[in-house]
Amino acid sequence: MAESASNIYVEARRLGKQVSTREGVLTLLDDINFRIDAGTSIAILGASGSGKTTLLGLLAGLDLPSSGEVIIDGQNLNELDEDGRAQLRASLVGFVFQNFQLLYGLTALENVMLPLELAQATHPRNTAAALLDRVGLGERLHHYPNQLSGGEQQRCAIARAFATQPRYLFADEPTGNLDSETGKRIIELLFELNSEQGTTLIMATHDTQLSQLCQQRMRLDAGRLLKPGASRQHD
Amino acid sequence: MLWRDWRGGELSILAAGLIIAVTSITAVGFFTDRIERGLQQQSAELMGADLVITSGMPDVADYIEDTRAHKFQVAMTLQFRSVVLGNERPHLVEVKAVTEGYPLQGVLRVSDTPFGADAATTGIPASGEVWVESRLLQMLGLAVGDEIRLGASQFHIRKVLRYEPDRGGDMFSIAPRVMMNQTDLDATELIGTGALVNYRVLISGPRSAIEAYRRAIGDRLRPGEQVLTVEEGRPELNAALEKAQQFLGLAALISVLLAGVAVATVAYRFTSRHLDTSAMLRCLGASQRTIIRLFTLEMLWLSLLASSVGCLLGLLTQFAITELLDQLVLAQLPPPSFKPLLLGYMTGIVMLTGFAMPPLLSLKQVPPLRVLRKDRATSPVHGRVVYLAVMICMTALLYWQIGDFALVTTVIGGILITLLLLALAAYALIRFLNRLRGRVGVAWRYGLANISRRPASSVIQVVAFGLGIMVMLLLSTVRSDLLNDWQRSLPEDAPNHFIINVQPDQVEGVRNYFKERGVADIQLYPMVRARLLEINGKPARTSDYESERAKHMITREFNLSWAEKMQVDNTLVAGSWWRRNDFGTPLLSMETGLAETLHLRLNDILGFDVNGTVIHFRISNLRHVDWDTFHINFFAVAPPGVLEGQPANWVTSVYLDAGQRQQLGELVSLFPNVTVIDVATIMQRVRDIMDRVALAVEFVFLFTILAGLAVLYAAIQANQDERRFETAVLRTLGARKKTLLLGLFAEFSTLGALSGLLAGVSATTLAWVLAETLFKFDYHFDISVVLTGVISGTLIVLVAGLLGTRSVLTHPPVETLREGTA
Repeated sequence: MAESASNIYVEARRLGKQVSTREGVLTLLDDINFRIDAGTSIAILGASGSGKTTLLGLLAGLDLPSSGEVIIDGQNLNELDEDGRAQLRASLVGFVFQNFQLLYGLTALENVMLPLELAQATHPRNTAAALLDRVGLGERLHHYPNQLSGGEQQRCAIARAFATQPRYLFADEPTGNLDSETGKRIIELLFELNSEQGTTLIMATHDTQLSQLCQQRMRLDAGRLLKPGASRQHD
Repeated sequence: MLWRDWRGGELSILAAGLIIAVTSITAVGFFTDRIERGLQQQSAELMGADLVITSGMPDVADYIEDTRAHKFQVAMTLQFRSVVLGNERPHLVEVKAVTEGYPLQGVLRVSDTPFGADAATTGIPASGEVWVESRLLQMLGLAVGDEIRLGASQFHIRKVLRYEPDRGGDMFSIAPRVMMNQTDLDATELIGTGALVNYRVLISGPRSAIEAYRRAIGDRLRPGEQVLTVEEGRPELNAALEKAQQFLGLAALISVLLAGVAVATVAYRFTSRHLDTSAMLRCLGASQRTIIRLFTLEMLWLSLLASSVGCLLGLLTQFAITELLDQLVLAQLPPPSFKPLLLGYMTGIVMLTGFAMPPLLSLKQVPPLRVLRKDRATSPVHGRVVYLAVMICMTALLYWQIGDFALVTTVIGGILITLLLLALAAYALIRFLNRLRGRVGVAWRYGLANISRRPASSVIQVVAFGLGIMVMLLLSTVRSDLLNDWQRSLPEDAPNHFIINVQPDQVEGVRNYFKERGVADIQLYPMVRARLLEINGKPARTSDYESERAKHMITREFNLSWAEKMQVDNTLVAGSWWRRNDFGTPLLSMETGLAETLHLRLNDILGFDVNGTVIHFRISNLRHVDWDTFHINFFAVAPPGVLEGQPANWVTSVYLDAGQRQQLGELVSLFPNVTVIDVATIMQRVRDIMDRVALAVEFVFLFTILAGLAVLYAAIQANQDERRFETAVLRTLGARKKTLLLGLFAEFSTLGALSGLLAGVSATTLAWVLAETLFKFDYHFDISVVLTGVISGTLIVLVAGLLGTRSVLTHPPVETLREGTA
């Protein structure tokens, strides 16, 4: 993708998401508007059920909004089909989940190789091995996820997320399943890699302390953005 | 709990598996039950009753009083040989004196002219009248309406007797039948003391009551009395009935076992979905016992519900089949009994609690820690004791349904061994696949990793797929082989007439007679009467044998024949056929069945009384004869040059069409001493049974295929959750649909090919074992079955797998990821 510098941002325009339940239509997100520029880090704060994960999912094109649109690097996700969005993710987006979401049938190395291979990168094995070494798992390349501790699994997940050098990294409660000490080390690693690679970090968390590490913050409450313009608050 | 789980959609799949199972079992049960009873009824026809007590003494009539208490239908027949006088000429006849109600099963058919159109009748000859066979009229130059003398009485010939359901007997020594009313018997003064009379009490009634009565009188039969049942009554039908029951039993058996595998597979998935619930319950303080009780009760309710639905569907399906069959061939079937319903419920309960409990029992061992760390999974502990108990219960249930212990144990044993071998082979192949992983692209790696990641689960899948495909292969290839082989044994142009009593100087004349009328060259066989005197120097005595058949064979006259070459439809089992320089040596070729009955071995010396001369024969070979072909065959055959000097009769069997049959009168007038025996009607009966059974078997096998499909479906569903999760992760990482499809393609085609390979090998092996041991015909290893297995396995599993996982590709990944790990 060759886009001009002015194009490099993620933008949500009048974004809304509703689901039908037995009790009627439930609004998960309502009229969300913001823009995140390249190279910044932003925390999406909110209690559980406030719509953080839904918002991350929509931003990464894992789901389609009921209304409004998401623009990544000038590309309206609504205009892409599932494969188009997959291709965009493969080239631009990395993911870190609360519960790691590693594939249990693949070794640590194979898990990290996966996005590289999907993006048809050259030498996926070497790149993956180097990254695992970088996150401290150089000795555990051929271990399966269930042979790794929670912290190690999340390191592996981080290595996988950074493997393709994505422009945007979405992290959903990355320390939610870890003890505070391990969580702290994971966050350090995440931010180190983030600054090394100049990635745009978009992190959903309920942890205000963690959110302080980000350059910007916005708060979700019951599907609505609490402070419009909060994205500029830090400037 | 049941309702909550059901709402969660988790039980519906287990219920679906169970319903398919119970439906197919009850439908098969109902159907085989009705067909079996229909067949029993039909073969009862050929005995004229459900049960016959026969004796040489008149006091067998005591049983008539005896049976009145049971409200059975009863009739009696007396048969003896005598001589009739007609047109002032005597002729040897077989008289049958019958009472009102005879025959209790089946009907007599009569006509007004010899070889004319015949019709069924429900009556018996009136007093003062007789019904006689066509050939007696021809031999004596009589017509319907004429008189004959029998003993001291004079009778009017009222009808020509064309078909007698229970005629049977030794075809070569049958004199023409004269049927009379038993009330006229005393007046003939034919039955004095010492007369050689066969008395038969014919009994009919409900099957279970008849069975009970048969057992009850078994111990108090007097010497000379013998009970004939449907199974024993007609040897030529035995083979047909036995094979029919084996076919149907086999089909039902496989359906049950397949359904069991389906339920077990689904239960496996159910369990893995309940790991979290169990961990949570244990966290909340539930004891292991509480958890077991919870799930056991839930399973019990589910099995009751699903069994009810299954039984109902089974009953409806069975009605539909019967309706369909009615239009095709069946005149009428007895109504369904309730046994299959009970069987359906029992099977449902045993199967669900049995196959589902072992994995569910492992739920009690879920560590509460799983609530905190999901990867701390327990590997489902397989309760060997429970599985053993289930196998015993299932064996008992199947034995109850099928009633053939050897068949049940052979098939269950065979399937267990097959399962074990399949599992071992699958495990080895999966380990091998794991090595290939590093050398393939991402989609294939993902696909292969999916297989080798969880060897246990993949082994279960390969075994389940393999079993499903194996059964289909077995059914499509072996079934048609079995049925064809069986039906081929009685083709449309099988001989339907026996020509006996041909004198040596008439052989050429008879042969030419048929040649002139366009009947293909017929083969006539010589026959010399002989009596078995001694075996290996010791007198042959009935007291040396237990079996009735052996006793009978010792006392009856043998028909010895001679031949240069063995008949083409015989097969040599032991020893060797004679060469030219053996001609003139008293050797004997024995039929294997008779040899077994009389405990005869190769090289035994048999002394026969042949018209007053004792000849000692050495058994030089044993050969197998298919008696159900209606070809002329002999128990004992000698080489040429031994028996030629003895007074011989020649016999042949020939196929005649309706036109040729009309001209038989000419043959009889050309060669007055020659006797023609028409077996067309009996053959039609046998053929009817074969056709019905073949059709029934096809239908029953349809259910087996349904059960096979259920297994395939269950196997695909078994790890749907994991697959959904993994697909979501891959899509998040940017995998395109094509890549995902390729991964699924890799997984399913590999699984399918593996299963197909194993299925093909085991199907042809199993077919060979079945053919050799159970159905007794030649079957050869067939590489094309293996190839068909691999190709069809790959295609079936691939298509079914891709269809079954369609939802995985369309499910928004964010939803799956939000639900967490599988």
